[in-house]
Amino acid sequence: MSKIVRLISKNCNNITPESVEEYVHAGGFEGLKKAFTQDPTEIIAEIKTAKLLGRGGAAYPAGAKWEHLLHIPEFPKYIVCNADEGEPGTFKDKLLLSQDPLGVIEGMIIAGYVFNSNDGYIYIRGEYAAIQRSFQKAIDHAIESGYLGNNILGTKFDFHIHIVTGAGAYVCGENSALLNSIEGKAGRPRIKPPHLAEVGLFSMPTLVNNVESFANIPLIVQMGGEKYLSYGTKDSGGTKLVCLSGHVAKRGVYEIPFGVTLRDIIYDPQIGGGIANNKKLKFFHLGGQSGPCGIPEQLDTPYCYKALRSVGLSVGSGAVVVVDESVCIIDYLKGVTEFFIHESCGKCTPCREGNWQMYKILRKFQEGVAVQEDFHVMKRLTDTMTNASFCGLGQSAAVALTSCLKYFRDEFEAHIQKQCPADHCFIGRERGE
Amino acid sequence: MVGELNSSQILTIIEGIGKSKEKLLLILLAIQNASGKNSVEEEWAKIVASELNLPLSKVYDVLTFYAMFSTEPRGKYVIEICKSTPCYINKSDAIAKIFEEQLGIKVGETTKDQQFTLLYTACVGACDIGPVAKIGEDVYGDLTQTKIIDIIRKYQGALSCQK
Ligand SMILES: Cc1cc2nc3c(=O)[nH]c(=O)nc-3n(C[C@H](O)[C@H](O)[C@H](O)COP(=O)(O)O)c2cc1C
Ligand code: SF4
Ligand code: FES
Repeated sequence: MSKIVRLISKNCNNITPESVEEYVHAGGFEGLKKAFTQDPTEIIAEIKTAKLLGRGGAAYPAGAKWEHLLHIPEFPKYIVCNADEGEPGTFKDKLLLSQDPLGVIEGMIIAGYVFNSNDGYIYIRGEYAAIQRSFQKAIDHAIESGYLGNNILGTKFDFHIHIVTGAGAYVCGENSALLNSIEGKAGRPRIKPPHLAEVGLFSMPTLVNNVESFANIPLIVQMGGEKYLSYGTKDSGGTKLVCLSGHVAKRGVYEIPFGVTLRDIIYDPQIGGGIANNKKLKFFHLGGQSGPCGIPEQLDTPYCYKALRSVGLSVGSGAVVVVDESVCIIDYLKGVTEFFIHESCGKCTPCREGNWQMYKILRKFQEGVAVQEDFHVMKRLTDTMTNASFCGLGQSAAVALTSCLKYFRDEFEAHIQKQCPADHCFIGRERGE
Repeated sequence: MVGELNSSQILTIIEGIGKSKEKLLLILLAIQNASGKNSVEEEWAKIVASELNLPLSKVYDVLTFYAMFSTEPRGKYVIEICKSTPCYINKSDAIAKIFEEQLGIKVGETTKDQQFTLLYTACVGACDIGPVAKIGEDVYGDLTQTKIIDIIRKYQGALSCQK
């Protein structure tokens, strides 16, 4: 089995991104043309066979989500592409948006056709302002050549794509917050139910999928669900864009078939190429700040939804942050917690206050004033945040901490004894600074 | 130097984008970009509110919710150093120190000549080239002392050309 593949990334850095001509020459819009000959239920059946799980982080089965929306009678329905990509360590949607915008557009048009929807919105984070402009060019070119806009390819089907900008708020990646933001409001999450398929954008039935999820749709339609599934494992269909960052030799985005091991991802010369500067791997952080950390002993776990879950890890957004032995686990977790403090929307107490309290406790460890009781307090806090937070941000904010308490308890204990195995904390104190 | 935005310029921006509530973020971002001080002042927010038929509190809610907005004047160039963990473990704190030394200000401050504001930001999606700093739309990666000095010079040069 090859350890890297080029399915959804095949056009990246190979064609002029906004050129319809080059895109079509490379086999583009074949998925759309085939979709027009099929029944919506057939298309959804292929997506189900493909076992496409949402690539935005939550791994919700795309086929089931589409089927649910198909059965809702209200119109108009809206198609929304989540290009907020705020999860630290994640930069794969950026690759698709900038290098293969027409692939994402094609996926959205197929969704539009399936749900008989005439309007799609793509919410692109404000930090990608230049990409918003190049994406608009791709939209314009698609309209000029008849693949988008009114009467697409003479089918009488109309579909328009509108770009909406974010303005720097991680929580807007949460699908209901995203819809509020598109409506021009502050991006605070909505209460669910009602499900977004019932009451979504402008209170109408709405589909929200991630950029990478949409980019997979034309492929699945074109090659069929069976074939797509066969690239991955029997539960995790197809491929995944993984984003390598941190202390890995070759940082970047790689498309891998599900089923290669974490060791392959980090050490294979074609992929991560090992740890930078010949240091030793301490741990890796998967799926973004809201994901769990894993240790070298888990390196032989296959990268797929099921196997990772069985050892307490997860795919999440596809982020793989590689961390070497020079980093103090407490210091790292403090960084993670600071992120959540900054990004918490403040709507609910467990998240708004919980992250602060967690930060204070981590500070105590770093300053050598933590006590055994703090482990109990942390456990109570993580339980409360996980179970009582309003949205996924607060619910998953303590995931990394929980995993590290399991694997690095010794390092926490050492800090109580005023020792930092990574030689990061207490240094100033020793020098009398 | 860019002069103060006046109300007719604000109206032109709003007209250009379209008078609809959903365009609020876009309008505010455009005003902020045109302001020359990377901020949206209350007077301007009031105009936006009345044009879009929104209460000022709604506009203010949006202005204070999203990290990209500021209601306080900032430097012409806002330098944002990413401090999310993939950049942090590649020593973004050392990078912040170098910027502080070179500009003579602390993170959170603006230089006396109102040209630079130094801030931290969360991940900007360029973790493969961390540590990074974002200035306006441009992202600079794999930062070192030499690179930082060059970058600051470049922006200072751009400033002196405009004078
Ligand atoms: C705090 C938070 C942030 C999120 N950020 C993103 C994001 O940046 N991009 C994304 O696609 N999904 C993000 N999600 C997941 C979305 O809520 C949603 O599950 C996803 O867009 C659905 O698309 P998918 O099924 O294709 O993955 C986030 C969720 C939470 C709770
Ligand atoms: S968990 Fe609560 S405070 Fe945190 S982001 Fe979600 S709604 Fe806001
Ligand atoms: S963590 Fe710094 S750009 Fe992503």
